[in-house]
Amino acid sequence: MSLNVEHLPESTLSVPQPLRLIDDAGRAVAPDETGGLTLPDPATLLSLYRRMVVARRFDVQVTALTRQGRLATYPSALGQEACEIAAVAALDSGDWLFPTYRDSIALLTRGVKPEQILASFRGDWHSGYDAYEHKIAPQATPLATQALHAVGLATAAKLKRDSTVALTLLGDGATSEGDTHEALNFAAVWQAPVVFLVQNNQFAISVPLDKQMRCRTIADKAIGYGMPGYYVDGNDVAAMYAVTSAAVQNARAGQGPTLIEGLTYRMEAHTNSDDPSRYRDAGDLEIWRRRDPIARLDTFLSESGALSDRERADILLEAEDLAASTRDCMTRTAPVDPLELFDHLYATPRTALREQRDFLATELADYADHAAHAADATQSGATR
Amino acid sequence: MTLPALAETRPPASLTMAAALNAAIQDAMRDDPTVVLFGEDVGPLGGVFRVTDGLYAEFGETRVSDSPLAESGIVGTAIGMAIYGLRPVVEMQFDAFSYPAFQQIVSHVAKMRNRTRGRISLPIVIRIPYAGDIGGVEHHSDSSEAYWTATPGLTVVSPSNPADAYSMLREAIRSDDPVIFMEPKSRYWSKAELSLPVQTAPMNTALVLREGTDVTLIAYGPTVKTALATAELAEAEGLSIEVIDLRSLSPFDDETVGASLRKTSRAAVVHEAAQFGGYGAEVAARLTERNFFHLAAPILRITGFDIPYPSPKLEEYFLPTPDRILAALGSWEWS
Ligand SMILES: Cc1ncc(C[n+]2csc(CCOP(=O)(O)OP(=O)(O)O)c2C)c(N)n1
Repeated sequence: MSLNVEHLPESTLSVPQPLRLIDDAGRAVAPDETGGLTLPDPATLLSLYRRMVVARRFDVQVTALTRQGRLATYPSALGQEACEIAAVAALDSGDWLFPTYRDSIALLTRGVKPEQILASFRGDWHSGYDAYEHKIAPQATPLATQALHAVGLATAAKLKRDSTVALTLLGDGATSEGDTHEALNFAAVWQAPVVFLVQNNQFAISVPLDKQMRCRTIADKAIGYGMPGYYVDGNDVAAMYAVTSAAVQNARAGQGPTLIEGLTYRMEAHTNSDDPSRYRDAGDLEIWRRRDPIARLDTFLSESGALSDRERADILLEAEDLAASTRDCMTRTAPVDPLELFDHLYATPRTALREQRDFLATELADYADHAAHAADATQSGATR
Repeated sequence: MTLPALAETRPPASLTMAAALNAAIQDAMRDDPTVVLFGEDVGPLGGVFRVTDGLYAEFGETRVSDSPLAESGIVGTAIGMAIYGLRPVVEMQFDAFSYPAFQQIVSHVAKMRNRTRGRISLPIVIRIPYAGDIGGVEHHSDSSEAYWTATPGLTVVSPSNPADAYSMLREAIRSDDPVIFMEPKSRYWSKAELSLPVQTAPMNTALVLREGTDVTLIAYGPTVKTALATAELAEAEGLSIEVIDLRSLSPFDDETVGASLRKTSRAAVVHEAAQFGGYGAEVAARLTERNFFHLAAPILRITGFDIPYPSPKLEEYFLPTPDRILAALGSWEWS
C-alpha cells in the first residue's frame, strides 16, 4: 500500500502579509488590518522619525567618504533605517545589542561616536568603542556568530535574575548558517530573554533569498523552534517598533525569545567593492524607493500635524551638523601606534610577545633614524 | 604525466592569477562532466574575486550554483557528492570564513579514505583565498594553512603565480585526494603571459625559482614575491640567495629543499602567518632533523608576529619585508 501525500492534512503555514501600521503611501492602516498592533503615540513616532533622518544622513555621508577613499570599506544600511532604529529604540539602556557589520547606524542611534563606529572600517585593528559603556558587542563579521553570544548573555542575565534583554541583528543570508539555528534552539530551550531581529534585505551579497531557503518567510522558522515569529514590514518603523518593543517586554517578563523578520531592501551595494548591476534589476530599486521608510513616516506625521516644516528643518539641521562632524573626523588622520598591537592580546603578559614588541620598537627606531639622516642629507644638500 | 585532451588551446595572452584559476576550472569542467562548482556568490556574480566569472553562464545552474550561505553545509554536501562520484570544487569566500567548515574538513574530508580502508576517496577541491596585504578589514586576511597542514589526510597547496595557479588547480581537480587549494589574495591580480593549457611542475613538488649559493630562502604563496625581491636586494650586497617556492605545503618536498640546504648550508622560511606553531616550525624542524650536520646556522623563521592579523592601517608592520628578512639573515654569524 502506498501513502498518497494528497491525503495528508495540510502541513504548511499560511502566507502572512507583513504586519504594518503605516502603508507605503504614509496612510494609517485600517485598525482591523493591523493584526492587533497599535500605533505608537505621536511623540514616539516623531522621535523615531528624527533618528531615522539623522541616521540616513550619516550613512549617506559615510558612503561618500568611502568613495573618496577615507574608509577601507562601509556596508551601508540605506533603506533599512526602520529596522535599525526600531531595534535600538525598543531597548532600555541596560539592555544589550549584538550587531553585525551592517548596523553602524544602530550604533550611532545608541550614542556611539562616529569616529568610534568607523574605526575598524577605516582600517584600525580594533572595534573602536567600549562595549561595556554602550552595552553593544563588537560588530560581528563572521556571520550569525553573534546570535549565540546574545543568547549566552541573555541567559547569564536570567541566571543572575537581572532584567537585561539582549537583541541580536542578523541578515537574511546569515539565517542559513548553522549558528543561527543553534542560537534559536538554545534560546528556546533555555527560554532566554533574547530577541532575534532579522533584517531581510533580500540579498546576501549577490544571492537572493530564494537561494537560501524554501520557507515562505524567515519568521515561519520560529514555529519550528518553539517561539513566536513575526513577519513585519521592515520599512514601517511604527510596526517594527511596536513588534520589537513588545518582544523585548515579553522577554523581560520571562516569556522567552522572539524571532522578528523585517522585510526591507538593501538600497546600496553590499559594500563599496560590490557591483549590484551584475546580479539585480535596477528596476527593483525604484519599487523600493517608493516604499521608503522615512518618506512614508514624513507623510504620515505631516498629514497628522505632528511634524511641522519648522521641526523638519530643525531635524535636517541636526543631521547636517552630524554629517559635517563626521566629515571632519574622517578627514583628520587618526594616529595609530603599531606597538599597541601587542598590548591587549592576553590578560597575562608573555615574555615572548614582549620580545616581539621590542623587536618592532627597535625596527621603528632604526627606521626613524634612517629617515632623519635622509632628511638631514637632503636639507644640507638644499642649503649648499 | 600528460594532461587529458582539452576543449581548446588558446593563443598566448596576459593573464592574471584570478583569470588563470578561472580558466583552470572552466577547462576542467569542459573536460570532465563530473566536476561541479558551488559556494557563496560563485554563480551569476562570479565570486567576490571573480575567479568563477562566466562559469554560471557557460555551465548553468546544474553544475555551477550559489549555495545557501553556510560553509559547513558547503563542505558537508560536497562530501556526499564526492561519495556519489562527482568532483566538487567549492569556494570558501575568505580564509576566516572557512572556519564553520572546520569540523567537516578535519573530521570527514581528511579521514574518510582512511576509515573506509581506501574504499571512499573524496576528490574535493576546497579553494580558500588567503593571507593579507590587500587592505582587507578584520577576518579577511588570515593565513590558515597550518590548521590544514596539521591535519593528516589533507593535501595542501598554494600557487604563487598564474602559470602554477592554472596547472596546479587542474591537477588538484584531477586528484583523487581532497585538496585544500590556498589562493594568495594579494597575487590574484599578478599577471603573466600564458598560452593555455599550461603545465608546470607536478603539484606536490617545490621549485627553485632563483639559484644562489649562500642561503636557501623558502617561501610559498604570497611571500614568494617577497623572497625574490629579497634575493635581488641581497645580490647587490654580495649575498647569494636561492629562492624556493614550496608550492606544496603538504606533502613537503624534502628532496628539493634538502638538496638546496645541503648546498647553501643555511636556510630561512618566510610566511605571513604567525610564528608560534606556524608552518615554518615544521619546515625548520624537519630540515634540521634531516640535515643537521650540513647546517652552518640555525634555520630562521621570518613571519608575522604572534598576534591576530592587524587590519589595513598596520598590516605593513606585520608583513615580512625584504628589509626584515635581510636583517634576520644578518643576525647569523657569518664566518
Ligand atoms: C561565516 C561567514 N561566511 C561568509 C562571510 C562573507 N560575507 C560577508 S557578508 C555576506 C552576506 C551576508 O548576507 P546577509 O546575512 O543577508 O546580510 P547583509 O549583508 O545583506 O546585511 C557574506 C557571504 C562572512 N562574513 N562570514
